[in-house]
Amino acid sequence: MKAFAYINPANEKEAVAALSPQVEQSMPLGGGQDLLARMKDYVTQPERLVNVKTALESTVTPVGGGLRIGAAMKMADVAEHPEILRMYPAISAAAIEVGTPQIRNQATVGGNLNQRPRCWYYRNEEFVCFKKGGDRCFSPQGENQFHAILGAGPSFIVHPSSLAVPMLAYGATFRLAGPKGERLVPAANYFTLPRQSLRMENVLAPDELLTHVILPAPGNVKSGHYEVRYKASHDWPIAFATVLIAMNGSVVKEAKVVMGAVAPVPWRSAEAEQALVGKSITEATAAAAAEAAMKNARPLSQNGYKVDVAKTAVKRAILRAAGIQTA
Amino acid sequence: MAKKDDSPDGLKLDRRNFFKTTGLAGLAESIAAPAEAAAQSTPAAVGPGDVPVRLNVNGRQIDLMIEPRVTLLDALRTRANLTGNKKGCDRGACGACTMIVDGRPVYSCSTLAIEVQGKQIRNVDGLATGDRLHPVQQAFCEKDALMCGFCTPGFIMASVALLEKNPNATPEQIKKGLDGNICRCGTFSRIFEAVSSVKGGQRG
Ligand SMILES: Cc1cc2nc3c(=O)[nH]c(=O)nc-3n(C[C@H](O)[C@H](O)[C@H](O)COP(=O)(O)OP(=O)(O)OC[C@H]3O[C@@H](n4cnc5c(N)ncnc54)[C@H](O)[C@@H]3O)c2cc1C
Ligand code: SF4
Ligand code: FES
Ligand code: FES
Repeated sequence: MKAFAYINPANEKEAVAALSPQVEQSMPLGGGQDLLARMKDYVTQPERLVNVKTALESTVTPVGGGLRIGAAMKMADVAEHPEILRMYPAISAAAIEVGTPQIRNQATVGGNLNQRPRCWYYRNEEFVCFKKGGDRCFSPQGENQFHAILGAGPSFIVHPSSLAVPMLAYGATFRLAGPKGERLVPAANYFTLPRQSLRMENVLAPDELLTHVILPAPGNVKSGHYEVRYKASHDWPIAFATVLIAMNGSVVKEAKVVMGAVAPVPWRSAEAEQALVGKSITEATAAAAAEAAMKNARPLSQNGYKVDVAKTAVKRAILRAAGIQTA
Repeated sequence: MAKKDDSPDGLKLDRRNFFKTTGLAGLAESIAAPAEAAAQSTPAAVGPGDVPVRLNVNGRQIDLMIEPRVTLLDALRTRANLTGNKKGCDRGACGACTMIVDGRPVYSCSTLAIEVQGKQIRNVDGLATGDRLHPVQQAFCEKDALMCGFCTPGFIMASVALLEKNPNATPEQIKKGLDGNICRCGTFSRIFEAVSSVKGGQRG
């Protein structure tokens, strides 16, 4: 790890002032569970780290029927928070599976949402790909068994954040603070595809902080979250989904289907949502929606199996939302 | 791999530091510099060179001069002669370095020492009282819950933290609570037995 200077600002203003508009020069440090590993591997080499855990809130506040979560809140606290569980159970379900107990005790909400891709070429200093300012992507011709099947190119990463998926489903807005003040960005506009911005995965500027996640009142929805994992811990899901449904009697009035680990952003599937509206939920309608979700999938040479895995995740999340027992 | 101009982990293991590490230059406390620049209104950046870092480990105050990049694991292992916890992966992926900070298990390899000042840090070196083992250590011995032993200090710290939070942890809680630790020798079933055996208030 390259040596760096360290600063521990007391509040948001000081923290923002300590950042730099230059990419990866002066960087926010949350729990360090992503950033320190990247620095040890010389993938990211900042001159200065700005601890944001003192400056940013780590609490949950009720606002307008919803909740506002401070970006410095630890993942373990998110997983155990009774109000989050009651109002947004899919967020609790995602948080409790992140990494390991030790990681959840350190990792923050802001860090989880802003963690960088797990693509092994990105994580290896020697592969100077698009994400590191290079001129190519190594995955289409290389090892791509965990890469994207939807919305990808010219980079084929999948977005690594488990929290981003249910947060997007619940209609979260992120509050960002920068040198010119604050801005509110809906989660749906925060994450960006490689064809929009190749180097970064979101609209955050290098001198901005994500300070809060603002969740609107959940409304009368049922939710289901389902992750397919190769290992029970120490790993990211192969594919996962959050599904919200509002019922009108026995048929679906409105649905939200958001998938994780399939695309460079948390991926909302309008196709799957349309397939559900007006239907009652059964194994068959859930399976049809899962088919629809994968209609436009474009797998690479080694990740065709992910299409089936994602279908399973979507189908089971739908059944869970409907309270139907699944595997 | 390109050669780096900086030494691994910022530790500059020269002869002087080597003696410190091995304890030959006396306890780490003796190399302390007085904590300077205490409270300032606008925070100043510290480092990248050595800065004073004061840690409370196993109830004992330890003053070090280290760079901000030094992890808690490296600070204790190579500067404070507390070598009980091991470095497996150094990337938050094995658990060998697990220590308890303010009651919670964390990966000390993925924690900067400078960030845990003012917190209560416990590593495996502080568990036993003299020759009397902590009940979790005792259980690992009785159930023969190790082979090479490299993962053991981390597993024991994770187990202690789990049992302090849930003194009567269910089998499910034990499995979930310890799933941040990996045993390369595959002693999992015995570790599970050991931790299960200390149920019911007989833990120290
Ligand atoms: C073995 C293993 C398994 C894992 N499994 C999962 C998993 O299943 N799901 C999952 O989601 N994650 C998983 N992770 C990743 C882990 O959850 C993230 O590394 C962690 O959440 C990052 O949070 P942090 O606070 O430690 O971030 P840091 O490492 O401190 O920061 C991450 C990035 O975000 C930036 N940043 C931090 N805070 C802010 C802020 N407030 N505003 C703007 N930018 C900020 C930093 O500059 C940095 O670039 C796993 C990690 C490991 C090691
Ligand atoms: S998928 Fe993205 S991160 Fe991976 S090699 Fe290609 S450009 Fe780099
Ligand atoms: S050495 Fe810290 S988790 Fe492996
Ligand atoms: S006993 Fe060898 S790694 Fe666990």
